[in-house]
Amino acid sequence: MFGITHFLFIAVLLFGVGVTGVLISRNIIVLLMSVELMLNAANLAIIAFSRALNVMDGHAFVFLVLTVAAAEAAVGLAMVITIFNNRRSINIDKYSLLKW
Amino acid sequence: MNLDSVIFIISAAVTLFGAVMMIMQRNPVASVLYFILSLVAQAVLYVQLGALFVGAVLIIVYSGAILVLFLFVIMLLNLRGDEDLGAPSSPVSQLTKYVVSIGIIAEFAFVIWSTGFSSSIPTGIIAGASENFGSTEQVARLLFGRYLYPFELTSILLLAAIVGAVVIARKENGDEIESKAAAKTAADEVTG
Repeated sequence: MFGITHFLFIAVLLFGVGVTGVLISRNIIVLLMSVELMLNAANLAIIAFSRALNVMDGHAFVFLVLTVAAAEAAVGLAMVITIFNNRRSINIDKYSLLKW
Repeated sequence: MNLDSVIFIISAAVTLFGAVMMIMQRNPVASVLYFILSLVAQAVLYVQLGALFVGAVLIIVYSGAILVLFLFVIMLLNLRGDEDLGAPSSPVSQLTKYVVSIGIIAEFAFVIWSTGFSSSIPTGIIAGASENFGSTEQVARLLFGRYLYPFELTSILLLAAIVGAVVIARKENGDEIESKAAAKTAADEVTG
């Protein structure tokens, strides 16, 4: 029989894949998606705990996280478009104006 | 090995496969599609945990709206996966990155393992949960009841995001320049 622990392990692995994606990807769009993946992993953990404690408050919280993810994607992609218009590149190593 | 376990193993494997393939792809469109695959499998996991409505919302809102937004941006920027992403970083740097991420996974896994949550809680599509756990009605009661204020505040967050996205992504369009030029000619006429 599988239980809450297994779902939590899946959430941890997803989060780890997201962290790896943020660290290794040089493509700004894949990087943004990796951040979304980490938010998803957190959602999965919230849902698992919600089931474990048999309270549904976690479900309401997941909606708030989804909203934040949507807002983040919208603003992040708007910034990607603006930067791409200025730099003509999606390579994050090229975005070094503030780096010395 | 009942049906629920089989579904869990398959959907967990597909979730992780999609996520790993997502960060490995060079073509951003393939990346988005693998992420959608991962999300659909995650929705199955949600349903197994009794979150029926949230699972449906995950597919509709996340893969239906947010990832389509990503696809739109990829289309707008005309990315084909053959962009110059520069030389790969040094082996030491690569190794450090993998070590750090594996360390994070190991740390979380150790915490979960040492806490020892009871595995006896029945999970699955049929098993467990009371009649209307995770139903739309119960979620709505929470959102419009106890969590009404946070729920309303997210609408302000969304408004701020909309305005922010429009302001950031707007091109320095001709209107402003034209009006400045018009003001300048008007000023010239007055002084001249």
